[in-house]
Amino acid sequence: MDESAQSPAAEAWIAFCHNIPALAGLLILLGIVALTLYGTLFYAGDAYEIVWAPHEKPLTESDFPLGTDYLGRDIVAGLIAGGGPTLAVGLCAALLTMVIGIAFGALAGYYGGWVDIVLMRITEFFQVLPALLFAMVLVTLFSPSLVTIAIAIGVVSWPQTARLTRAEFLKIKELEYVTAARAIGTRDRRIIWKVILPNAAPPLIVSATLTVGVAILFEAGISFLGLGDPNTMSWGLMIGMNREYILDAWWPVTFPGLAIFLTVFSVSLLGDGINDAFNPRLRER
Amino acid sequence: MSGSYLIKRLLWGVLLMAGVVVLNFLLIRLAPGDAALVIAGEMGGASEEMLASIRKEYGLDRPLMVQLGLYLADMARLDFGQSFYFNQPVTGLIAQRVGATILLVIVAQLLAIFIGVVLGVLAARNPGGPMSAFVSVFATIGYAVPVFWTGIMLIILFASVLPIFPVEGMQSVKLREAGIIVKSLDILHHLVLPAFTLAVIYLAQYARLSRASMLEVLGSDYIRTARAKGASEASVLFKHALRNAALPILTVAGLQFGNLISGALLVETVFNWPGMGRLAFDSILRRDHPTILGVLFFSAAMVVVANLLTDLAYRFADPRLRGRT
Repeated sequence: MDESAQSPAAEAWIAFCHNIPALAGLLILLGIVALTLYGTLFYAGDAYEIVWAPHEKPLTESDFPLGTDYLGRDIVAGLIAGGGPTLAVGLCAALLTMVIGIAFGALAGYYGGWVDIVLMRITEFFQVLPALLFAMVLVTLFSPSLVTIAIAIGVVSWPQTARLTRAEFLKIKELEYVTAARAIGTRDRRIIWKVILPNAAPPLIVSATLTVGVAILFEAGISFLGLGDPNTMSWGLMIGMNREYILDAWWPVTFPGLAIFLTVFSVSLLGDGINDAFNPRLRER
Repeated sequence: MSGSYLIKRLLWGVLLMAGVVVLNFLLIRLAPGDAALVIAGEMGGASEEMLASIRKEYGLDRPLMVQLGLYLADMARLDFGQSFYFNQPVTGLIAQRVGATILLVIVAQLLAIFIGVVLGVLAARNPGGPMSAFVSVFATIGYAVPVFWTGIMLIILFASVLPIFPVEGMQSVKLREAGIIVKSLDILHHLVLPAFTLAVIYLAQYARLSRASMLEVLGSDYIRTARAKGASEASVLFKHALRNAALPILTVAGLQFGNLISGALLVETVFNWPGMGRLAFDSILRRDHPTILGVLFFSAAMVVVANLLTDLAYRFADPRLRGRT
């Protein structure tokens, strides 16, 4: 293929590959995912078992590279076991956020009029509702589990996506190719999902990556407060459980926090990279 | 400023808050679990007759819609009922704590806006310079750190390594009898770490936003005019440019209030700050329904008021909007 005539996606991919922070983000993220998925193959340790004396320091001669927590549980094993739930909840919650947000924003932006007014009033309502508080109420009312946490986070965080989608739809629906599609008798449903939505994709993809980061932080906050499932290890839960003893031992809270930070950091580098890649004006710099 | 606009906004705000209460009231009542059992649990168990009398006392035996109607009528008088767990009027419980939360949220917000805007403006002066790179990196880091973890790290640092700030509570016990000035200074001293912790996330966002916004404004003609007429660099940056770059910052600051209250919940827990966060946590854990509803109502009210104030500030900053309704 001639180099001057590539598809926008291919061009974006090439730009992405030249973006060092974005690639670093992708690599860190893949590393974290690989560790949580396959970590147990390289590191045999049970996250829930008491295996040693409490508060063994990290980087000593013992078998526990990052030390043990207040009960004497292996922190490395905890990090490996806790990553899965944290990432899974983050991803599912972000997916739900995007689905609700895009549905609301697309319908409001496309139809306008009273549909827009009603949907945007509902959006405003959810923006007034204190997000973390409402998520906490939902989680405790309907028994704490990974599924309830993911749903609760999704339910509270979609308004921003809805606003973004609506703005994109308002912009794109005035363009000529949409008028053309309407002129040849395309149904509304097809115009919304097949004509406008693909063209609104780049900002929505960027917003989706940010949403994953926010959802992970949310999950960590809920688990930290001890409102999550107490029987499932997660990074937030590790910090919450060891919180009382921070002045005796800094390591049981520090490493899970670093894990959360690195994950969200890499996701956000990735999001910035995608944003730059899809934006031709930024690409030329 | 037209008064009818203000009234319309206020009415809509009241409606939103009532909506928050209705939604949560129904959710709580429809969720699995019996409120009478919760109350009985706090009293150390009860027989079937006692459960019945509890239901009667708290009105739990009436139809759901009647309960809701009675609740809304009480709520209009700012009476949120009796807490199951604390056995006190909910309004009183919240009144004791709401001040501490408002203080924390407002100070954190001002701190974040002030430091963020200064960093952003300095970065925009030289888009390729080290300050600009610092702001970009710092913004990404600030966004990615869990707020409760920042707090814990600061506690470790300031409790053992550098004990210059108190890491817990809002007042020193030994200063309880001190004069008002000493007391205020003591509260400020206690406020440093919680407010900074909460500010870090938003500070980074404001820095990034004001950098982008300033870069856009600095390219415009009137900035060139200001420079041409010989205005000093500081005057160009902070007087001519910032006033115009401030609008997007204001918009985001208004939208951020809800998130700040969520963040305050976590920060209050970490620093044992005696605000609504702790009350919210306790009431949710104990299924203390009247208190949960009261806390939700007051949090939503804070967001509504903050949005309204943002709107007014926006009209103040942008004269073009003043006439509109």
